[in-house]
Amino acid sequence: MAYSERVVDHYENPRNIGSLDKNAQDVGTGLVGAPACGDVMKLQIKVNEHGIIEDAKFKTFGCGSAIASSSLITEWVKGKSLDEAATIKNTQIAQHLALPPVKIHCSVLAEDAIKAAVADYRAKQGHKAG
Amino acid sequence: MVENTKKPNIKTPVYLDYQATTPVDPRVLDEMLPYFTEKFGNPHSRSHSFGWEAEEAVETARAQVAHVIGADEKEIVFTSGATESNNLALKGVAQFYKDRKDHVVTVVTEHKCVLDTCRHLEQEGFRVTYLPVAKNGLIDLDQLRDAITDRTAIVSVMGVNNEIGVIQPLKEIGAICRQRGTFFHTDCAQAVGKIPLDVEEMNIDLMSISGHKLYGPKGIGALYVRRKPRVRLRAMIDGGGQERGMRSGTLPTPLCVGLGSACAIAEKYMGTDNERIRRLSDRFYDGITATLPEVFLNGDRAQRYPGNLNLSFAYVEGESLLMGIKDLAVSSGSACTSASLEPSYVLRALGVDEELAHTSIRIGFGRFTTEAEIDYAVELIAGQVKKLRAMSPLWEMVQEGIDLKSINWAEH
Amino acid sequence: MTNLRAYLDYNASAPLLPEAASAVLQVLENAGNPSSVHREGIKARRILDHAREVVAKSVGAQGDSVVFTSGGTEANVLALVGAPGARRIVSAVEHPSVLKTAAEVDPHMLTAPVDGTGMLDLDVLAGYLRQAGPSTLVSIQWVNNETGVIQSMAEIVAAVHGAGAILHVDAVQALGKLQISFHESGIDLLTLSAHKVGGPTGVGALIVRPGLSIAPLLTGGLQERGLRAGTENVAGIAGFAAALISPRFGVWAQIGAWRDDLERRVRALPGVQVMGTSAPRVVNTSCIACDGLDGATQVAALDLDGVAISAGAACSSGKVEPSHVLSAMGVAPERARSAIRVSLGWQNTKNDVDRFVDAYGVLVRRLARRLTVNAA
Repeated sequence: MAYSERVVDHYENPRNIGSLDKNAQDVGTGLVGAPACGDVMKLQIKVNEHGIIEDAKFKTFGCGSAIASSSLITEWVKGKSLDEAATIKNTQIAQHLALPPVKIHCSVLAEDAIKAAVADYRAKQGHKAG
Repeated sequence: MVENTKKPNIKTPVYLDYQATTPVDPRVLDEMLPYFTEKFGNPHSRSHSFGWEAEEAVETARAQVAHVIGADEKEIVFTSGATESNNLALKGVAQFYKDRKDHVVTVVTEHKCVLDTCRHLEQEGFRVTYLPVAKNGLIDLDQLRDAITDRTAIVSVMGVNNEIGVIQPLKEIGAICRQRGTFFHTDCAQAVGKIPLDVEEMNIDLMSISGHKLYGPKGIGALYVRRKPRVRLRAMIDGGGQERGMRSGTLPTPLCVGLGSACAIAEKYMGTDNERIRRLSDRFYDGITATLPEVFLNGDRAQRYPGNLNLSFAYVEGESLLMGIKDLAVSSGSACTSASLEPSYVLRALGVDEELAHTSIRIGFGRFTTEAEIDYAVELIAGQVKKLRAMSPLWEMVQEGIDLKSINWAEH
Repeated sequence: MTNLRAYLDYNASAPLLPEAASAVLQVLENAGNPSSVHREGIKARRILDHAREVVAKSVGAQGDSVVFTSGGTEANVLALVGAPGARRIVSAVEHPSVLKTAAEVDPHMLTAPVDGTGMLDLDVLAGYLRQAGPSTLVSIQWVNNETGVIQSMAEIVAAVHGAGAILHVDAVQALGKLQISFHESGIDLLTLSAHKVGGPTGVGALIVRPGLSIAPLLTGGLQERGLRAGTENVAGIAGFAAALISPRFGVWAQIGAWRDDLERRVRALPGVQVMGTSAPRVVNTSCIACDGLDGATQVAALDLDGVAISAGAACSSGKVEPSHVLSAMGVAPERARSAIRVSLGWQNTKNDVDRFVDAYGVLVRRLARRLTVNAA
């Protein structure tokens, strides 16, 4: 399979690999995908008091395109507000990485991951407030 | 990329995909060369010496092919490859005997072309039994015995599996088929010249042979068709009546010579080749398992052709692993299905968990693999697996003591 | 340059062109299955894709209409079995692979006759088309391998399409000798073979009109867009393409002149007749008959003299029946049995032609003497 240069770059030099403390109140975690399907993404965001994502980390089990999609989205969400982050569309990721049709699902997974992380953070804040 | 992997003085990419295709042995190529140029006759031109020369070469090749499997040369039909041989064996026999028999028995882990051909037969009204395999990839002989009825035209079980390398018990299968009065076909594309085969001792009635899996050229194969007791089949490619009417078309003399020569060389060096390949295989397996935990060999450890190791590297997705070891030409399954994203049906048939099936790659060694290449491959794979595990959320969870099965994954 | 032997049997198999030989060898020295996704596989895939474009271009077709096969016979069988429609109409002078397969597919197959010149009877074809209906595949050879006679393809296409049927053309002997524009011709399926044009044996192709759906013969792999399973003969296919772009491919002016000279000289011999000359013919083939001689005996005698020709088609050699092609042209059995085929190609020299004419002349004159003695 021929990968685009950007996919290869993210695969070889993944940005923001790692984990944040999933129990911390200012961290939202999204875990999407399934091992049986061949890809699992864990995306974590750390949100400051102004509602801005100041750090993002990922770990991914999946093909090169899945790794690149998650690596890319951690770059994109940093410095964004939660609302802004939640508007990132899989098509933007797919386009940026020039994903072939059989790999579009990787970008969908990345979009799902950030949405799940935002939802997890909001749920924690809701609990705190309530 | 893995840092600090010193590349020894070897040519890259290192070819470790001998099940997809093998390089042509230079000795085979040397034998073929004259038949491309000065000896170019059509072997069916009985009328002039150009033709006779070609015919003689083809007949010598036929005898060489026959010899490596203990057959008579009159029982060898040249084809364009194992796919055609499998098609001809199954469709040819089933259609010839269809008035009396309408049942075929095969195995779920057969090569795709056998399974597809069986599906075609089902569309034509035949009944097909697909035998399951055990965890080690081998069939249960009692299940085979039970599956055969007096309506069974043919049983098709492959010799060496292309994806996982396990060897089915051909002799026992042959004995059962003979006793039950049904024909036994075996796809031996991966087996001929690599494991000892004897059509008499094993009671094999039809055998598919491939050139390019045996250090011979692509575009040539053969089908062994037993004469006593005689197996009859309906030709698929009918025309000039070549190959005793079973397969028409001008025989490609250089390719026939190549297949014959490949068989002769394989027969002569089978012992030493296999000993070397076993040593390399052990060296690879020991090297990997000494460095990495949670690596699983798919298929029986002992009952296998050692030139094939199908390994699952738990928590590392196979395609991403292949991407990181570009200096190695390996496959994430069989060449024909590797473009799809589905995990291998062979591994699924073994009962390998789907998550583990996604982490599998096939390493194929052969006649031209060196120790230095093995060591380089071990180093590269081990380094890349470690790197990918470090970024695998599954590996992290397992290290934290989380049982992955306890998680309610959203399957997509 | 003088050849040790005079090989005049190009319609059976042509010697490999040097460009084709080097292409074959280059690929044979490299591993790689075009279905594999690693670098070796991708390299093999590129060779295959390039060859496909070359083959397509040489016959005025699109790359994705080429289905590589193991040869002309398989391509014919694939067309005859795989094409839609229940009925089959063939001409009486087709290759055995077409005749036998059509009869298997359609037990009521219709065989359109040819006239004494070897040309298809278009009126009969039209009648058969009306009788069989539109759900029919018609299979017509463009150039006959034994006589070199060229069919009127434009009229055949019009007749077949006018009846709503599909046309398969066995162009094995036409390739390189006639200009083929697949796309413009309107032909639906076209058979090609490599080794008749200086490519390697074991390679052929079926060109399939885009949009026409055919069923595969060999199943069990997605190679050739699912129309032909099995690992591709990459080296052979590369050799086929190399032959088609060789500077020696399709160069006939000199050979045609030699063939005409040959025919002039043999016709001057007593009782010798060249078959099919009143029809358009390709320039390399002569079908020569002389009552009283036996085809197989002539072939053996000429071979001893270092001249290779054939009596009828190579695939049916060994049989003693007269050629079905000549019989269909209404040639009497005795004359048909005496017929030999001389077919020239790229490696021939003027000397090869002279050797044939001299050796053949000896046979004919010996017969004439015998006849004179018997008559006396």
